Amino acid sequence: MDRPAIPTGAIDCDIHPAVPNTRVLLPYLDDYWREHVLRRGLERENFEPSCYPANAPINGRPDWRLPSGPPGSSLQALQTHMLDRLHPSHAICNVIHGAQVMFSEDLSAALCRAINNWIKAEWLDRDPRLRASIVVPPHSADLAAEEINRLAPDHRFVQVLLLAMTELPLGRRQNWPIYKAAEAHGLPIGIHAGSSFRHPPSALGWPSYYLEDYVSQSQGFAAALNSLISEGVFVKFPALKVVLIESGVTWLPASLWRLDKTWRGVRSEVPWLEQQPTETVREHVRLTLQPFDAPPTEPQLRTLLEQLGSDRMLLFSSDYPHWHFDGDDALPSGLPADLIHKICVDNPLETYPRLKETT
Amino acid sequence: MNVTVLDRKPDNSAQSHLGFIDCDVHPYVKGPNDFDPFLSKRWLEHKQTIGGRTRQGLAKTAMYPRMSPGTGMRMDAWTKTGGHPGSDLPLMQEQLLDLFGVAYGLLAPLVGGAGGERNVEFGSAMATAVNEWQLANWCDPDPRLLGAIQVNIEHTEAAIAEIEKRAGDRRFAQVNIPPRGLEPLGRRRYWPILEACAANNLPVSLHLGGTSGHASTGGGWPSFYHEEHPSYVQTMQTLVTSLVCEGVFEHIPNLKVVLVEGGFAWLPALCWRLDKHWKRLKAEVPHLTRSPSEYVHDHIWVTTQPIEEPERPQDMLATLEWIGPDRVMFSTDYPHWDQDDPRYAFKIPLPDDWKRKIYRDNARALYNLD
Repeated sequence: MDRPAIPTGAIDCDIHPAVPNTRVLLPYLDDYWREHVLRRGLERENFEPSCYPANAPINGRPDWRLPSGPPGSSLQALQTHMLDRLHPSHAICNVIHGAQVMFSEDLSAALCRAINNWIKAEWLDRDPRLRASIVVPPHSADLAAEEINRLAPDHRFVQVLLLAMTELPLGRRQNWPIYKAAEAHGLPIGIHAGSSFRHPPSALGWPSYYLEDYVSQSQGFAAALNSLISEGVFVKFPALKVVLIESGVTWLPASLWRLDKTWRGVRSEVPWLEQQPTETVREHVRLTLQPFDAPPTEPQLRTLLEQLGSDRMLLFSSDYPHWHFDGDDALPSGLPADLIHKICVDNPLETYPRLKETT
Repeated sequence: MNVTVLDRKPDNSAQSHLGFIDCDVHPYVKGPNDFDPFLSKRWLEHKQTIGGRTRQGLAKTAMYPRMSPGTGMRMDAWTKTGGHPGSDLPLMQEQLLDLFGVAYGLLAPLVGGAGGERNVEFGSAMATAVNEWQLANWCDPDPRLLGAIQVNIEHTEAAIAEIEKRAGDRRFAQVNIPPRGLEPLGRRRYWPILEACAANNLPVSLHLGGTSGHASTGGGWPSFYHEEHPSYVQTMQTLVTSLVCEGVFEHIPNLKVVLVEGGFAWLPALCWRLDKHWKRLKAEVPHLTRSPSEYVHDHIWVTTQPIEEPERPQDMLATLEWIGPDRVMFSTDYPHWDQDDPRYAFKIPLPDDWKRKIYRDNARALYNLD
């Protein structure tokens, strides 16, 4: 079956530039942290997060792998492989890096600052199509808010990036300084698949296989979403948007049926929730498209899309350089044409208002 | 804000549910000493001094207190003298078994603490005691009630011995394994227990609840029961993922697993997700010879309560079709606050042949009942 074409003006809401090695960050650390990193020999470490092993087949499409360095670590390759082929008007860089999982809040924050400085100088300054998410130390709300405030004036930063599973469920009040800063600057919170593994991926402990971890990301997202809703984050920060990135999509309707039912029975425990969770999600939550965990048939897919109950929720993404499709077939088959335009153009522009300023 | 849901057509033909098999019924104790007659002197002394030890901060109170007394009980299920819901057989008969003419009720005891006990020898002794208690207080007085063999899966030898001791006793229908173990159930350390279940033709029932001490989500401990309740679904998803990916169903081809009190509408999307990512990562799990969804369909059954209520009621039919109406079994969860009534649980009429399967025939075939 012919895949649908990607419309003009499409925005790719999830690409993954990778830090090729820690030495490239040295110029972007301040004097204290540069010396610190060198003294401890950390420039020899690659800080690969264990939730994204670079050599796993799913994390690097074979024809997008590089002669040297992890997939995604070359701007020129990104241009050749993706930007000049799929022709998005913009693509949002989401760096997943060990900086986000370190125990030391200070080291985590220093590395995140360096990554943000590096992405700005080496990627955003060199290709006007690129935008980026602000990488923050997720276990330190105050330092994260500081980093958001530092970078927010540069409108090429369009989002704040968190991982789905960290130390505390994302809705917990200790995290609220992050949401306060993001809302103040009109920045959505992007929650990317991944874990800092402060806890096993499940209530049953540690699974054996990477396949299990990868599949279980959707459970981490469901729990994170439930936490954000239950704690009242969207009541406290009514202008906040949250984007679930690399989350899969089709688990959401059944998960919401369950949340709504629980809310009907248990809402006296969370009296600030005056709205059924499904309504809150449709208003505040968006999801990127790839990896699209579609059902086997197109009628089933149409039913699923109807169950989402909103054509504003899905955002186009290639998830470059991860391997979810071959050739240029970034759009799954079976999506109606009018929805494709919304997914690729209208919804991203609505979600990331900063993209409208510069187009 | 109350939400008005339109287009609900409750199926009021109560008659058609008569004779259903209830796949989740909870018997409770009348008092703290009910198990004592079934404990040896050694373990009775232990119970009276050290007592049960769990993997959570509160010794006897739920970390996520429920919304009604007695850990989330139906308010009208307390006995006239204040007895705990589910502790009195005549009341259970009046409110459930006789009211609906239930053909069989599958017991899921949530008492005794055998499954989550840290002292595994005490846990195994409690498992034996709860099994004897089921027979004496429930299965023998009312043969419609079928027991579930309790085990502590951290004590492999004792668990297997208990399963083998009960095998062939038709008063027991299945083996209860706590879903939140120290490790995912598919891990090899649990295979000997699962083998013993299959060898004795006993389905494994995984009834949600409890804690293993691991945070209930991969992102840590939620604050509210409002979150804990849906997190049980994630536990069920991990169980399916683990059993499939570890190759348990390759290794034990006649193993049958029943997921109890986890709902079920999430299962199709989990299967799509497993199939999709297995295609990319199959080199990591070469022991799988079929797609994950095929193992799921051949080996896993789900019970209905707490049944999901889709925004559009007709989506329930699509969900049942995607799972396969031959794998879904009705359950009430009596006497919990969120129990389902067979007359009203489905908010849309089911085709007659599905109804027969879901309310009765699937359980009858799985448990080999008359």
